[in-house]
Amino acid sequence: MMPRSFAASAFRHAALLSIATFALLPFAVMVSTSIKPADEIFSDTVRWWPQKLAVIENYSEAFSAAPLMLYLVNGVVVTAAIFFLQVLVALPAAYALAKLRFFGRHVAFGFVLFCLLIPYQAIAVPLFILLYYVGLLDSYSALVLPFTISVFGIFLVRQFFMGVPDDLVDAARMDGMSELSIVWRVMLPAAIPALTAFGVFSVVAHWNDYFWPLVAVSSDSYFTPPLGIMAFRNAEAGNDFGPLMAAATIIVAPLLALFLLAQRRFIEGIAFTGIK
Amino acid sequence: MSLSASQNRAGLALIAPASVLALLFLFAPLSSIFVLAFTDYQLGDRSLSFVGFENFEALADDPTFWKSLSNTLIYSAVVVPGSMLLGLVSALLIDAGTSLRSFYRTAFFLPVMASLLAMAVVWEFMLHPSFGIVNATMKALGFAPHNWLKDGGIALYVLAVIGIWQSFGFNMVLFMAGLSAIPRDLYDAAEMDGTPNAWARFKLITWPLLAPVTVFVAVTSVIRSFQVFDTVHALTQGGPNKATEVLLYTIYAEGFEFFRSGHAAAITIVFILLVVGVSLLRFVSLKKNGASA
Repeated sequence: MMPRSFAASAFRHAALLSIATFALLPFAVMVSTSIKPADEIFSDTVRWWPQKLAVIENYSEAFSAAPLMLYLVNGVVVTAAIFFLQVLVALPAAYALAKLRFFGRHVAFGFVLFCLLIPYQAIAVPLFILLYYVGLLDSYSALVLPFTISVFGIFLVRQFFMGVPDDLVDAARMDGMSELSIVWRVMLPAAIPALTAFGVFSVVAHWNDYFWPLVAVSSDSYFTPPLGIMAFRNAEAGNDFGPLMAAATIIVAPLLALFLLAQRRFIEGIAFTGIK
Repeated sequence: MSLSASQNRAGLALIAPASVLALLFLFAPLSSIFVLAFTDYQLGDRSLSFVGFENFEALADDPTFWKSLSNTLIYSAVVVPGSMLLGLVSALLIDAGTSLRSFYRTAFFLPVMASLLAMAVVWEFMLHPSFGIVNATMKALGFAPHNWLKDGGIALYVLAVIGIWQSFGFNMVLFMAGLSAIPRDLYDAAEMDGTPNAWARFKLITWPLLAPVTVFVAVTSVIRSFQVFDTVHALTQGGPNKATEVLLYTIYAEGFEFFRSGHAAAITIVFILLVVGVSLLRFVSLKKNGASA
């Protein structure tokens, strides 16, 4: 762009730094409080770095007061299972919608477009009733099953497949591959960029989801991280802030660490899935 | 190419798993919402009877529902412009220079990635009336402290600030993607033509060319703001005195705390109409502009 004056650059950084302060303040408060002893938390003076560190006390208290490890493992199991099943179901469907001519294709794709408009919370009541009658409430199945079908995943991968040349598919057919093996051996490798973007979207959405787990499970052995932090807060009556902030840090850390390691992929993935 | 029998069979076979799951987990629940809303069903009932529009008439007479609807709209009216403006300003400022771009982008995107529930607990601590950093700052600056989440006059706006904090980074990323698609030489040409300052160039080039992205961001932001739930459930439970009661929270309370499924379904229909209505507005506006996102 044009030559920039020092004043313009200073203004840019001043404005961006104040927005950054707003964005990062809660994280700073969380981490800073998680390493403070109680008397410093309840004191009047704002101090970012404690006089006496209480890292071990707060974090070990967090891990012993609630089964945080279990919540994290539940989070990993549930998000991984959801994503795996979503791909297993969506990839063949996306391939069929993009590359095959079959009876009802337009109806099927129209249904996908229609369902994209409906937030899942809108069907939570009947889903809950369904799981109640088949006796699946309060189980891993309740957390995973309703999300195995992702119209968004089907849509995203279908759009991506539309751009894959037909020659690739035809060549595989000439080699005598069945349609199913084309899906897994030709289209899956081709779809990696779209699946990465969808993976970011799906994992972030389900790791952080609160509404459905809150509805679907009640025993704490099935709690996902967001339910876990709420259970922790309610059990501690919201007073023991050091361990509470330590627990929040532990719950937030895995996804943020992943994000910081692969930010470009995350941001591009979100932009890609956002703009569709 | 004609519809070959083998391709037809393969296509149907490949969408079969998705179709079965979609029928079970999308189509059936969605249709039953529209049935449930006209019944007196309560979870666990052995039978149900159709009651016509009774659930909707009850809604019309229910002050909690109206409060919930208007709170949702107020929340949206604060969060949507707030998070769009902050997202756009962030994107423009980051784009205007070369230094520290990825630092700012990462910092602004962090709230989008972090579990809102965990961060809501942190916000609650920050807003604590006695030892929260917000009141400490207010006092240091000579303002009166508040009991932010317990004051019915401001609690909804406090939740809206948390909503802006959480979502502006998402909008920023979308705006940045839109900005990168605008050809640089347009700005050079405008400068040569004597378009005097940055604001004039913004009005002349950036704003019109960004329009499809802006419409998309607006629609997404409105829909996301209608879905506000986590902060309400974690921090205020709809209170004090219904001041932060919002649609999804009302649906949750009716459907899963009182198990009045028919009543919850009627509110859900209002919720669906709002969300679908906003999405359709997008198509209308895209057709009018002849643009595509």
